[in-house]
Amino acid sequence: MPGDVPTTLLAELTHRCPLHCPYCSNPLELIRAEGELTTEDWKRVFTQARALGVLQLGLSGGEPLLRKDLEELAAHARREGLYSTLVTSGLGLTRPRAERLKEAGLEHIQISIQDSDPEVAERIAGVRSVKHKQTAAALVRELGFAFTVNVVLHRANLDRIGEIIDMAAGLGADRIELANTQYYGWGLKNRAALMPTREQVERSREVAEKAIQQYRGQMQITYVLPDYYEPYPKACYGGWGKLYLVIAPNGIALPCHGATQITTLSFDNVRNHSLEWIWRESEAFRAFRGDSWMKEPCRSCPRKAVDFGGCRCQAFALTGDATNTDPVCTLTPLRHIIDEALAEAPVPMDHFQYRYVAGEPVQA
Amino acid sequence: MAPDSRLLTLDSVPKLWRLARLEYDQVRQRPVLLYPEGAVLLNDTGAAILELCNGSRTVGEIVTILTERYQADVGADVTEYLDRMADRELVRAG
Repeated sequence: MPGDVPTTLLAELTHRCPLHCPYCSNPLELIRAEGELTTEDWKRVFTQARALGVLQLGLSGGEPLLRKDLEELAAHARREGLYSTLVTSGLGLTRPRAERLKEAGLEHIQISIQDSDPEVAERIAGVRSVKHKQTAAALVRELGFAFTVNVVLHRANLDRIGEIIDMAAGLGADRIELANTQYYGWGLKNRAALMPTREQVERSREVAEKAIQQYRGQMQITYVLPDYYEPYPKACYGGWGKLYLVIAPNGIALPCHGATQITTLSFDNVRNHSLEWIWRESEAFRAFRGDSWMKEPCRSCPRKAVDFGGCRCQAFALTGDATNTDPVCTLTPLRHIIDEALAEAPVPMDHFQYRYVAGEPVQA
Repeated sequence: MAPDSRLLTLDSVPKLWRLARLEYDQVRQRPVLLYPEGAVLLNDTGAAILELCNGSRTVGEIVTILTERYQADVGADVTEYLDRMADRELVRAG
């Protein structure tokens, strides 16, 4: 389908991060600073992305504020007409930097919050961070950025979803994104410590639905349920290679931030190819476009136009074959994999395997 | 929202969500409304309506301007469109 036009580019500017959250969406093999793209590389990518049709740019990481050229990159993105979102932990968002980002034309800042309970929040992040985040949030408000709080949910914080929503409103957020942990990469490694119970999920759904009504007009709330408890898989970004692309810190272009774990695919680099060629022609982006790659039960299923067979990364991570139906789907015999995971005995939080670069000293 | 409730009346003063802005997308050759984590591709009529939502005109005034411009009774179309955008919280009543 050569006619697909992407709308969204997630630029993972760096994998370096002061936080060590055990559900990090970065891959297990983190890229080091010396492997990162240069300022000029990123600017070229942003220009090419806009020309390809991208409208939304996520400046993400790791912690993107660790890139000293962030302001320059944000200014370039704005000149190209992209709507940019800074996805940050808030750590490192000092007043001078926030003011320079405003001047550069950055429009939207997302700050991650780990929990409304400061003690648990810092246990999840693996570092003292709550104060920094409050200061950063106040700065984002004061300078008039569009402001989203994002929260990854799991067993240790899901019961406080109501308090977390109220906290985001108290910080002055325009939006809050509540998303349950996705179980691949670090999340999969820590699944037994993160997986909520069905009761927790049900209750959280009710609380979220009430809050959506309560905060209507003041703060937008989006709530993504954990797919393990759903009968059908999630539709990943409108389908593989349809709307979305990710550039990893080293320039590898991915159809989804989890795609590197599909070891049967090879990925091309923006250092060697134009973004347009990668989008239209590269093997990785063509691999699961359309539906000719599908097996049964997807191939003849009417839902294939709704969820595209689910998440390719999850299918590969859990079954070893990326062309299988996402095992979340109750229409596939593979569903037993999910049900067995849900039946696993939970392990406590002190079993977390925190996100660290291999060789990085683990804090006490 | 109850399905029969109208978010806007002819006296409402609509304006774009503080976080949304109109752009023209050269790639798709279409106007587009951009906002955090989203974009709506617009047709020319939609863009014409939203451009008039400046936070000082009423819906009634917008209808008058567009009725004159298009030489047709666009009242129902304009109010319906703005109501849909208000339901998505992309347009707010001032």
